[in-house]
Amino acid sequence: MAKHTYVYVTYIVSTPEKVWEALTDAEISGRYWERQNVSDWKVGSRWTHGFPGKAPDVVGRVIESDPPRKLVTTWLRPDHEDQPEFANPCTFEIEDVGGKVKLTVTHTNLSDQDLKNISGGWPAVLSNLKTLLETGKTIPNPFNAVEGHPQAA
Amino acid sequence: MSDEADKVFKALADAGRRELLNRLHEQEGQTLGGLAEGMGMSRQAVSQHLAILEAANLVATRRQGREKLHYLNPVPIHEIHARWIAKFERPRLDALAALKARLEED
Repeated sequence: MAKHTYVYVTYIVSTPEKVWEALTDAEISGRYWERQNVSDWKVGSRWTHGFPGKAPDVVGRVIESDPPRKLVTTWLRPDHEDQPEFANPCTFEIEDVGGKVKLTVTHTNLSDQDLKNISGGWPAVLSNLKTLLETGKTIPNPFNAVEGHPQAA
Repeated sequence: MSDEADKVFKALADAGRRELLNRLHEQEGQTLGGLAEGMGMSRQAVSQHLAILEAANLVATRRQGREKLHYLNPVPIHEIHARWIAKFERPRLDALAALKARLEED
């Protein structure tokens, strides 16, 4: 099966520190992503993506952690956690480009099905992150327009 | 935002550039050489169009060895969609799109 790589870029009027915090703080990530990102973000640590108090929807390991510039994690379905061949490495690169932050998300090793699951989701996540950091607000129900995106229970 | 939106609309206001985005939608991670094939324009012209798309953030690039690979970046289009369309209109627009598709099939 063909494996895909997707690259998403957004420019945010913010600082690298605030973007890093928004990606790695459970409460803040939950505000624009619905699900929370939880980990101590040390290399080798487990990270989870899910609703608080519920079983996570995505799990993985921290591969590289260089705050506030670069974060690399693996993404797995929880039932594939012990099968690294299914891991989708995801890289966040945070660059200061003169008063703005360029955030690049590179998600690799995606199967056709993975691609379908994420290709609508990432633009919604990144748009909402940008809106939150620039205005302090978020878009209500950011994933409503995303076909096939798993909705909150 | 308005400056960013201007760049997006200007970049999209060209059939050749939209064709480049179509090609990246079909197959991500193409090189300049691959994209220039069969475009009916010089490699230099394709390179200039790609620069405009990249400045509008509609194309993202990454280096792999000596190659520069191009990816369709849908985030700016999503932002325009979210701003004007997503809030209320989605079900009606879906119905209209389905109707159009059905009528055009006949």
